Amino acid sequence: MNILLTALGVMAVLAILLGAILGFASVRFRVDADPLVDQIDAILPQTQCGQCGHPGCRPYAEAIASGEADINQCPPGGEDGIRKLAELLGVDFKPFDGDAAEPKPKSVARIDEATCIGCTLCIQACPVDAIVGAAKQMHTVIESECTGCELCLAPCPVDCIRMVPLGTSVETWKWRYPVIPIRTIKA
Amino acid sequence: MRQLYRFHGGIHPPEFKELSNGTPIVSPPLPARLVVPVSQHLGAPAKPCVAVGEAVLKGQLIACADGRVSAAVHAPTSGRVVAVGEADVAHPSGLLQTCISIETDGLDAWIEKTPLPNWQEADNETVRAFLRDMGVVGQGGAVFPTALKLGVSHLDTLIVNGAECEPFISCDDRLMRERAQEIVEGVRIAGTLTGAREMLIGVEDNKPEAIAALTAACAGTPIEVVSVPTLYPSGGAKQLIRILTGKEVPHGMRSTDFGVQCFNVGTLYSLKRAIVDGEPVISRIVTLTGELERCGNAEVLLGTPVEHLLAWAGVNTRCDGVIVGGPMMGFPLESRVAGVGKAVNCLIARSDTLLPPRPPAMPCIRCGACADACPAQLQPMELYWHAKAREFGPAQEANLFDCIECGACSYVCPSQLPLVDFYKFAKDEIWAAERDKKAADRARARHEFRQFRIERDKTEKAERLAARAATPAPAATPDAAKADAIRAAMAKAAERKADVAPPTEDAKRAAIKAAMARAAAKKAEQQDAGTPPKPALDDAKRAAIEAAMARAAAKKAEQQGTATSEAEAVPAPAPKPAIDDTKRAAIEAAMARAAAKKAEQQSTATSEAEAVPASAPKPAIDDAKRAAIEAAMARAAARKAEQQGAAAAEAEAAPAPAPKPAIDDAKRAAIEAAMARAAAKKAEREAQKGQDPQP
Repeated sequence: MNILLTALGVMAVLAILLGAILGFASVRFRVDADPLVDQIDAILPQTQCGQCGHPGCRPYAEAIASGEADINQCPPGGEDGIRKLAELLGVDFKPFDGDAAEPKPKSVARIDEATCIGCTLCIQACPVDAIVGAAKQMHTVIESECTGCELCLAPCPVDCIRMVPLGTSVETWKWRYPVIPIRTIKA
Repeated sequence: MRQLYRFHGGIHPPEFKELSNGTPIVSPPLPARLVVPVSQHLGAPAKPCVAVGEAVLKGQLIACADGRVSAAVHAPTSGRVVAVGEADVAHPSGLLQTCISIETDGLDAWIEKTPLPNWQEADNETVRAFLRDMGVVGQGGAVFPTALKLGVSHLDTLIVNGAECEPFISCDDRLMRERAQEIVEGVRIAGTLTGAREMLIGVEDNKPEAIAALTAACAGTPIEVVSVPTLYPSGGAKQLIRILTGKEVPHGMRSTDFGVQCFNVGTLYSLKRAIVDGEPVISRIVTLTGELERCGNAEVLLGTPVEHLLAWAGVNTRCDGVIVGGPMMGFPLESRVAGVGKAVNCLIARSDTLLPPRPPAMPCIRCGACADACPAQLQPMELYWHAKAREFGPAQEANLFDCIECGACSYVCPSQLPLVDFYKFAKDEIWAAERDKKAADRARARHEFRQFRIERDKTEKAERLAARAATPAPAATPDAAKADAIRAAMAKAAERKADVAPPTEDAKRAAIKAAMARAAAKKAEQQDAGTPPKPALDDAKRAAIEAAMARAAAKKAEQQGTATSEAEAVPAPAPKPAIDDTKRAAIEAAMARAAAKKAEQQSTATSEAEAVPASAPKPAIDDAKRAAIEAAMARAAARKAEQQGAAAAEAEAAPAPAPKPAIDDAKRAAIEAAMARAAAKKAEREAQKGQDPQP
């Protein structure tokens, strides 16, 4: 009987002790933000284009994290982006929908400065503040900051903005995948 | 005798150096035109600082260093700048890059040389800035700005790389044989600048003449010439450091962390020329070899087209391509009109007999020969598998970036796999991903700041409004509620405006914001308990404001309509109706706003205000119709105006009722064209909107 009581006592003390440690740890090492949203947001291309139907990349990341949105809604991220999301979330790769926007080559907006009337509408539409100008003054796009989201195209009252695809330069050129040519060898 | 160490791996490819190392360095004739690339170094391309048509002298600065990691570019000879723009460069991509084309005048007239005679007294910073502006970069192949490499003090060992291990190339060999004295002087300068305790020149033992010349030149100096055994790639910086000092530079560290810095002999030669003689880097020694009539080494002005050099050396009929660099690490030249840059140390006219084409690749048989040959002690087959499968993460973990792309693995591979091509592909992909990631991070930061700014502006505006509302009538209690109501109304108006714009996410965002504003207003109202008549009052106010705004908008639209019709009816004599109209519209809008305010203050008459919004939807329908008509009219007007403008320009005899018709007409035409375009777009959008809900 005495042994039983001792055993029970030891177990009880242990349980209280471990419980206290766990309780303390859960308070002390609490993770505030949802790290998953940050991880998803880090994969998204940050064009803030809204092609996914969400007002920006972060809202889309939140929607993915909460299971409301699919992972194949981001055309600028390309199939690579979907693959990364699938890997992160442990789900299967899913190609773009037939009706969803297709990935386009990376391009930047360019304003026809002769036609621009200085209405500032595009400046207000730009999600990354990449357009400079003032009312009744010509506007121009900072090409290095432009994400190519196309959000400035629609508000322009005189249609003076067009998308210019970015070609490869020596700096951005990539060594292509080595292709080993197949040759028929005569017997 | 110094103790030498051995690096891991290495190979003994056939040397072919005797093709070109037997004859002294010569100067090819001056080409008619030089195409000087502005990016001949690692880092930011230099900024062109000459204009087309400008006359330049030999050694004149034509492109300034841009930023810290950059180097200047100078005119290699005297002449005239004929073009600044994209041209072919010696790069594996075959893409164009900014170049400065100079038409030579044959005079070869030097600009006044500016040496740095008191370099020993000058501080390190001054000397480095001087070298950067003299365009001194590493000539071993990486073309890293030398100024940056000299930013160290108290080196243990300064290593001078004269190994020149790659087959075919003999430019450093000839330079060491013929200009040993100048090289030694350069070594002395570099040694002083870096505070080196020990200075070693490493030369492979297949160049005994160079070793003899250097040893003679080094007599009486603390510099030691060391003969190292011939083994490819002993000319790699890390490999030569290992051979001479026994130190191995681990992953992620630099040789300077171990007190060692390595310079190429050509680099120190150009460093001496810059500091002592005041000559910027405008030429370099290039080995011309392979299927040529006259193989050898030439002191080539930078920007000399490859074609010119090959024609001068006489190309054999067997030649079927040009390789820039050596057969191990070089690349096939895409365009022979490209100019020679600071990195071009060798041009090989290749043929299948000289360099037999690679047999077809077979699958990897996991023999491990590549790992035995790898001088960086990597596992090349592992890197190959990862790169082939596009698994860049694991490839990076297998230390892909420690690969020096020497090609030893490809050379020994029994399956003839183009291993280095896979590594280059993987590296470029990783760099590209890194670039994209950086761009995304910047975009995210900018977007977040923008949202923060919008939010801040909004709260500031609300505070301002509240403050303004509080100052004239401090007794009035429902200020907060009022401000909330106004904000809600504004949000609603914004929502309506956003409804017109097609980007759905904007509309959504606006709707969310409006809903939030409304909720906030309601909350404020609920918190202001004990004042039950307020909500009714607020609603009335809001309705009144909206009604006033709708009226103002309708009037404005009308004004514009009349303005365009007026402009059409009276094309020439009235030069400023457009301005008057907009003014009038603005005044009326202001009046409408004032009226709204008045109506707000007399908020007892709620029924009247509520009656007005009922009439508002009608003009909206009319507006759509009118806008379409106006668009058509405006377009016609614009066309007419354009035609008139053209007519006026063509025949100045046309009646000129206004004092300055040309300017006014042009302006008006431009304004009308813009208005027409805007109207057309609006109409289009509305038409689309009308069509959308039907299917």
